[in-house]
Amino acid sequence: MQNRVTRALGGVPLDRRRVLLGLAAVGGFLAVDLGAVLYAGGWVAGERLTPQGFMDAFKRVYGSHPGFRRNHAKGVAVTGYFDSNGAGQELSKAAVFRQGQTPVVGRFSLAGGNPNVADMIDTPRGLALAFGYPGGQQWRTAMLNLPVFLDSSPQGFYDRLVASKIVPATGKPDPEATARFLAAHPETVRAMTVIKAQPPTSGFGDSTFRGLNAFYFVNESGARAAVRWSLAPIGKAPHPLPRSGGPNTLFDDLIRQIGSGPQQWKLLVTLAAPTDPVNDATVAWPAQRRVIETGTVTLTSVETERAGNARDINFDPMVLPDGIEPSDDPLLSARSAVYAASFRLRAGEHKSASAVNVGAVTL
Amino acid sequence: MGRHAATAEAQHFTTVSRILHWLTAILVFTTLLVGFAMVSTVSDYATLLKIHKTLGVVILAVVIIRVVNRLTHRPPPLPPTVGRFEHILVVTSEMALYALLLAQPLVGWAMVSAAGHPVVVFGSLRLPGIAPVDVDLYSVLRETHSVFAFLLVAIVAAHVSAVLLHSVTLRDRMLARMTFRLPRTRSQQARQVRRAEPAAPAASVE
Repeated sequence: MQNRVTRALGGVPLDRRRVLLGLAAVGGFLAVDLGAVLYAGGWVAGERLTPQGFMDAFKRVYGSHPGFRRNHAKGVAVTGYFDSNGAGQELSKAAVFRQGQTPVVGRFSLAGGNPNVADMIDTPRGLALAFGYPGGQQWRTAMLNLPVFLDSSPQGFYDRLVASKIVPATGKPDPEATARFLAAHPETVRAMTVIKAQPPTSGFGDSTFRGLNAFYFVNESGARAAVRWSLAPIGKAPHPLPRSGGPNTLFDDLIRQIGSGPQQWKLLVTLAAPTDPVNDATVAWPAQRRVIETGTVTLTSVETERAGNARDINFDPMVLPDGIEPSDDPLLSARSAVYAASFRLRAGEHKSASAVNVGAVTL
Repeated sequence: MGRHAATAEAQHFTTVSRILHWLTAILVFTTLLVGFAMVSTVSDYATLLKIHKTLGVVILAVVIIRVVNRLTHRPPPLPPTVGRFEHILVVTSEMALYALLLAQPLVGWAMVSAAGHPVVVFGSLRLPGIAPVDVDLYSVLRETHSVFAFLLVAIVAAHVSAVLLHSVTLRDRMLARMTFRLPRTRSQQARQVRRAEPAAPAASVE
């Protein structure tokens, strides 16, 4: 046996000490190598907040809905364009702010992970836009119809999500879990006060949508300015059409509005004062801050979610053109990570039809 | 002395090959760790993703140079301790490693392209897309990228383990073919000769 082994190894005599040394060297290397991989991948150190942890939490709270976004699952695709008036160039060198037109694709949505949820007036409404998609200098943003965001940190968002799980017996979140969450997150309590003072409008069409997180605009001369952006509706008489009253009442209204003619929003950029927080989306900046109107977003068509339209876009807030840079708001990296995890999951899943069916809505 | 030096030279990879090898080793190990870390964190995801993409493009460039270098330079012969069956293993795993090192950055680049994302490296350099924007294609490429990452971890672990076993247990100076040596003292050289001779008479001395 010994002879066969040594011959196979080119006639080198093996001694036990050398074999053990070799195995020790290999064992030591593998321990360091695989240990580093396991540690980096978060397979050994518990507690930290991971994208997969968010995916699991969305599933626990909203159930399993393969093929849909884990949050803002219910939505409809839109297209249109942005007419820049050139005023944004004072702050940002981004091509989108040069005078001229940039195509826009987008998606209106309701917060929450249930794609079949009935429309409610106080569910946060989303409008996500991708300017110049899918070009190299595209700009993606996912906005809400809220004056401030509810959380200042990824942990806050996670804790709120977990606490919001509906108890089947009562049809409401567990009041004790809610109380515990609010006690631990005073920033959310303050944000809820601000949000309550500005009740939602009647629908998507007359909503103001805000980016909420702060970003930096960088102009041609390299000057950086902290900003937040928002879309303010133009010329909307509230409640222009009779409501459908069904489970898709807000989406039905939106589909009829865009069907009856292009819907427009002003793209406003608000400049921070040096004292304004740029890393806390729960705090509103004072109303007297300078606002620059950079142009008009016009949405001309609405379409049921399908392969190739906004359904397949991950509205990652870190997809930015030269001239727009992220702030150190911790929500930005977390949104990017969690959206990517959601996008990866749903990309590999079978897709079911959206509850919002444009063809089924009579104009 | 002259004959010995020439033999020693023939047992080594060229300096360029050795630099490219260790550069690749450092880059690949770092990029794999950054990759595993980035998909398991929310707070550092954006920063790590930027680093990961840039490292990936650097690896692609280094590996292309390596392939050209490998095709134009014959590597030194394997030590006589490598049998016929192991020889096939060595050649196959070397080719698999080259193929993976070339494919992995390209799959990463293609998957970002298929998602419709701009491919931004080195801070603000925007590379063109190399795949059509298609969510199904993205999904296939994204899962492939993970499978390739684990394959790389496995092949690199096997590669290093094999070299360590050869160098420590068989004392055939397998690792020395790829290392850089510091100038030695006379007594170290003498020790080297004494140690090398009985174990592997065919191997060279310095």
